[in-house]
Amino acid sequence: MISHATIEKNLGLLIVLTILIVSVGGLVQIVPLFFQTSTTTAVAGLKPYTALQLSGRDIYIREGCVGCHSQMVRPFRAETERYGHYSVAGEFIYDRPFLWGSKRTGPDLHRVGGRYSDAWHVAHLMNPRDVVPESNMPAYPWLDRPLKDAAIQTKMRRLNLVGHGYSEAEIAAAPAELEGKTEMDAVVAYLQSLGIHAPKN
Amino acid sequence: MSDFTHGFWSIFISVLTVLSIVGTWIFLKSQTTRKLAPGEKPELMEHTWDGDLRDLNNPLPRWWLGLFYGTLVFALVYLALWPGLGNFPGLLKWTQLGEYEAEVQAAEAKFQPVYAAFMQQDIPTVAASPDARAIGRNLFLTYCSQCHGSNAEGATGYPNLTDGDWLYGGDPDAIRATLTDGRSGIMPAMGEALGAQGTKEVTHYVMSLSGRTHDAALADAGRPKFAENCAACHMPDGTGMQAMGAPNLTDKVWLYGGSEGAIIESIAKGRNGVMPGIAQTLGTTSNKEAKLHLLTAYVYSLSQQTK
Repeated sequence: MISHATIEKNLGLLIVLTILIVSVGGLVQIVPLFFQTSTTTAVAGLKPYTALQLSGRDIYIREGCVGCHSQMVRPFRAETERYGHYSVAGEFIYDRPFLWGSKRTGPDLHRVGGRYSDAWHVAHLMNPRDVVPESNMPAYPWLDRPLKDAAIQTKMRRLNLVGHGYSEAEIAAAPAELEGKTEMDAVVAYLQSLGIHAPKN
Repeated sequence: MSDFTHGFWSIFISVLTVLSIVGTWIFLKSQTTRKLAPGEKPELMEHTWDGDLRDLNNPLPRWWLGLFYGTLVFALVYLALWPGLGNFPGLLKWTQLGEYEAEVQAAEAKFQPVYAAFMQQDIPTVAASPDARAIGRNLFLTYCSQCHGSNAEGATGYPNLTDGDWLYGGDPDAIRATLTDGRSGIMPAMGEALGAQGTKEVTHYVMSLSGRTHDAALADAGRPKFAENCAACHMPDGTGMQAMGAPNLTDKVWLYGGSEGAIIESIAKGRNGVMPGIAQTLGTTSNKEAKLHLLTAYVYSLSQQTK
């Protein structure tokens, strides 16, 4: 066995041994996740975000929604009673980066898709207290402005590099899809797409 | 969850995990020097700095060594009992899903008798029970209050459930159908068909239906336009049609506001009221049927109390 003195005096050896030791955790816990069906296969029905949803997702990130809203229903009865089916890995295949969050000042949003009408979301984002008087969520009235997402095609191409599979036709049609929409429309489209492909059981 | 794409990964994880534990054990053992005899001086390492700053090769403290071996033993016991070594499920056969399902089953066993009693009763009977209403109120606050308000009095565009006025009917079956599948109330935009003046005339006719202050001349002009454009859904006398969710225009209840401006907006731009069905939300929770039953009873009770 290598003596303590030898390791201490040979920096190269010390570095190699250190890297070996600290990489064990990642090799065992992270690397195999890339080779698991449940973490790499989309749930039935899940599609990549449309151009409008993708823009809305970026606005969701820009406005810091993830700071107060998680997108991860945990497998506890208290959560499934309130939100619906617990989240599974296959629902986040097209989330780069994922927006699971770790803070719930507001409710979890992973199962919010379809739960409220579009009009409700618009009213709620303009001023949450118009529909939920007890709410302490900030208002986002400035979202009611034209959506300008010049980079949408670039975004879709970049996401294709990691396998989102947008067709050339979809990419070509993206600017037209965003034409005349507001940021509000985009966010609502994104929210309505969340968690609607929950496993059926 | 162990659904690796290849059997290699299970072995990869197990081997690395066990090797790192065993390797750490051997390494620690090899670096442990014997305990000093009483009075024995520790070996002096070769470095001496600044004349008298010396580096002594003291043995590792025994309590610290004990703790370290303790963590290694803990790791081995843990890996034997719980999942961790690739596909090996652990002797306890614990899974996250199993724990969740046990939790749900325990809750069902606890609440099923309570629900079962209510399931035997019809909606009006359940609605009369304070216990059932207390449960129903909890369900309402979880699933419904975001639109209809925690006091169920609604908001502009979201119906008040306490006023006894129903768009789609207030009998238990209609309420249950609304809850289960949702409703989509579409009032088409009539602005272009009627024109600005025509819209104003119809607005005043609509105001006259519920006996509001209105311009009689405009209302008279609006009467035939109402018969032509609106009566198909709102009925010739303006009392509405519950089959379509067309509101009664002769009462004092205004879903989108009863001011002249609000009525003009409703007629010109149309309205699109969506009640999402909560079948989807309730779909994966336990005792779904019982919850629908209790929620129906609670909503039913809201307007019964005010009558």
